[in-house]
Amino acid sequence: MMNYVWPVMIIFAFIASIITGNMAALSSAVIQGGQDAVQLLLRLVAMLCLWGGIMETAEKAGLTAAFSRLLSPALKLIFPRLKKNEYALEAISMNITANVLGLGNAATPLGLEAMRRLQQLNPDASKASDEMVVFVVMNTAAMHIIPTTVATLRGQYGSQSPMTIMPASMLTSACALTVAVFFAKLGNRLGRKSK
Amino acid sequence: MMDIIGEWVLPLMVVSIIVFGLYKKVRVFDCFMEGAKKGLKTVYDLLPTITGLVVAVTMLKQSGGMELIAKAFSPVAALLGVPEDTVPMALLSPISGGGSLSLFESVLKSDGPDSFLGQVASVLMGSTDTTLYAVTVYYAAVGIKNTRHTLYAGLAADFASFVLSPLFVRLTLY
Repeated sequence: MMNYVWPVMIIFAFIASIITGNMAALSSAVIQGGQDAVQLLLRLVAMLCLWGGIMETAEKAGLTAAFSRLLSPALKLIFPRLKKNEYALEAISMNITANVLGLGNAATPLGLEAMRRLQQLNPDASKASDEMVVFVVMNTAAMHIIPTTVATLRGQYGSQSPMTIMPASMLTSACALTVAVFFAKLGNRLGRKSK
Repeated sequence: MMDIIGEWVLPLMVVSIIVFGLYKKVRVFDCFMEGAKKGLKTVYDLLPTITGLVVAVTMLKQSGGMELIAKAFSPVAALLGVPEDTVPMALLSPISGGGSLSLFESVLKSDGPDSFLGQVASVLMGSTDTTLYAVTVYYAAVGIKNTRHTLYAGLAADFASFVLSPLFVRLTLY
């Protein structure tokens, strides 16, 4: 995928800069981008180490299994083929729990752990499995119940009621998540038929 | 109220996991170290991917290209009953979380958080995530090249948020 998306982004940026006359900005963006990447990675190091450690602890204590049992009715519906695979389901449950609680920083490391476990079940290690597609797509949609960042910003900019948007936000998120899973599953089905 | 929940949820989660670990007689710090080491390895695997992605995203943001596309898209937005000014945000949010956040802030500043536009932008911001980043990073961590239809499905969800956010704001607030 990135073999197409990445060059398109860069070539498009170049052509757009010619049109808008932003070449100086583009030039500094190349350097700035590298620096931004390092900053992001430093944040990721902290996140991944911290949550990797917490996850390990939660797992040894049997907490992840408890979460997984709690979510299992929904998970069995979304990942029917993982029924017997507690190991992968536990990591998926932790990721979903972190997402729902709005802990974005925790969700990514837990999600990557889930990916690693799904990869162990994947027959073709270079190609995304059906479960991976569904799982990643869920993570591209917002699953949090309370849009904390948005509500905080609204408050900062003088909103009379920062939380009024919550019902609309929840409805929109829920629909988007449904659309995401629907298309992921549709693609999975089409893929199986063409085989 | 929201601030308080926001402040409590993270510390509470960390503390409760550790306390529960102690209760179950787990060697909590040893466990933590083991997991943290795994995390470090993941970062190493992700380093090249993230560098490439972030450079491309920064170039795209600075080139002014997103504004060009946004202009081309505004008639479509009008047709769907979506406020035109949310188009740049909707276009940027799958690619760059920080970029769409700063556009969101400028909407809050110019129109106010309690205006229709401010509310739609809030809902849109709260219901989307950085699709391209998630797809790239999640697959890069396990070395998968062929992501099949993941990106399309993710973008379809982003499009759904874009179309539905003004609809649900109208339904629930007006």
